[in-house]
Amino acid sequence: MLDIIFGNPSLLALAALVGIAIVFGALLGFAADRFEVEGNPLSDQINAILPQTQCGQCGYPGCRPYAEAITDGDSINKCPPGGEDTIQALANLLDVEPEPLDVEHGVEAEPTVAYIREDECIGCTKCIQACPVDAILGASKLMHTVIIDECTGCDLCVEPCPVDCIDMITREGGIQDWYWPLPDGQNRKSLITTDRGAEQAAA
Amino acid sequence: MLGDFAVLLIAAVLVNNFVLVQFLGLCPFMGVSNKLDTAIGMSAATTFVLTLASVCSFLIYRYLLEPLDLIYLRTMSFILVIAVVVQFTEIVVRKTSPLLHRVLGVYLPLITTNCAVLGVALLNINQAHNFMESLVYGLGAALGFSLVIVLFAAMRERLVVADVPEPFQGAAIGMITAGLASLAFMGFAGLV
Repeated sequence: MLDIIFGNPSLLALAALVGIAIVFGALLGFAADRFEVEGNPLSDQINAILPQTQCGQCGYPGCRPYAEAITDGDSINKCPPGGEDTIQALANLLDVEPEPLDVEHGVEAEPTVAYIREDECIGCTKCIQACPVDAILGASKLMHTVIIDECTGCDLCVEPCPVDCIDMITREGGIQDWYWPLPDGQNRKSLITTDRGAEQAAA
Repeated sequence: MLGDFAVLLIAAVLVNNFVLVQFLGLCPFMGVSNKLDTAIGMSAATTFVLTLASVCSFLIYRYLLEPLDLIYLRTMSFILVIAVVVQFTEIVVRKTSPLLHRVLGVYLPLITTNCAVLGVALLNINQAHNFMESLVYGLGAALGFSLVIVLFAAMRERLVVADVPEPFQGAAIGMITAGLASLAFMGFAGLV
């Protein structure tokens, strides 16, 4: 077999090319397997930036569908809960110009959280079904309550409530929102010990 | 020895610049030089592919085609090598840097048909380069391509807003600019 191939130049040429092709094919096959990409990594990255309120204000059923739509070229300014920060982060990731929030899809609101007035709640579970992130706890004919840490403030539960016992209240700032209060103008002088000494001396 | 490589590198980048002196790889040169960002992406991808393809082609030629006395198959097998290197690069880039993959997009497969890549592989054989010389020559060709395409993209970004007479607008002024740039690069002829 080998003798025939090596004895015949055209067969040898054929064998060499086929050999090269097989080796390269195996290499590519290995690479495709080794560096396999699950899903679309870009839409994963976009999804991580979106606020995960699953509110649907962008016109898509949730954050992941919107992330996939952005990957396919939709505009990045359709997310009111994320607001300016999200648009900026998306613009950085995708290397495009940031645009102002599209008012058609809503305006950026302060972070809110749902609050159920518990003595008025009749236990109808309608708000539980509406909640996209399962942040409402409760059972049929029993009082419901909101898990504040889970609530994204999307206000989808307000509409279905038959007794209107759900309020959207401004989220209390956590430790991230706390800032050092500026000293008030009147006492500013007495902050520095030597100034205080001068004041006392003057007095 | 190191000096020889430096001379070879400078010769490939400036004196025998592949685009403006040897007129290879003109298609991406005219096609992808509208924006500076895409030009930089294209030159990065080309640099990587050209260097790797140059070396791989040399290895295939020296250790497979020459011993088997199949030198006449070199063009065919080099095309195969280049296609595989481009494919491999695309697979790796898609995994490691989705953003770069998005930026390079269609340009990466376009490198397959960039005749500068095949040109370097064939010139390596013609000029009887050894392994290191092939590497340096491929790198030099790629750097020359990158230099020229980035310079040209920067010029074209200004040409867009320039007051060009109507018959010369668009591709025409691009061609004229490329011709002038080519003339300028002829000035390097006596350098090495």
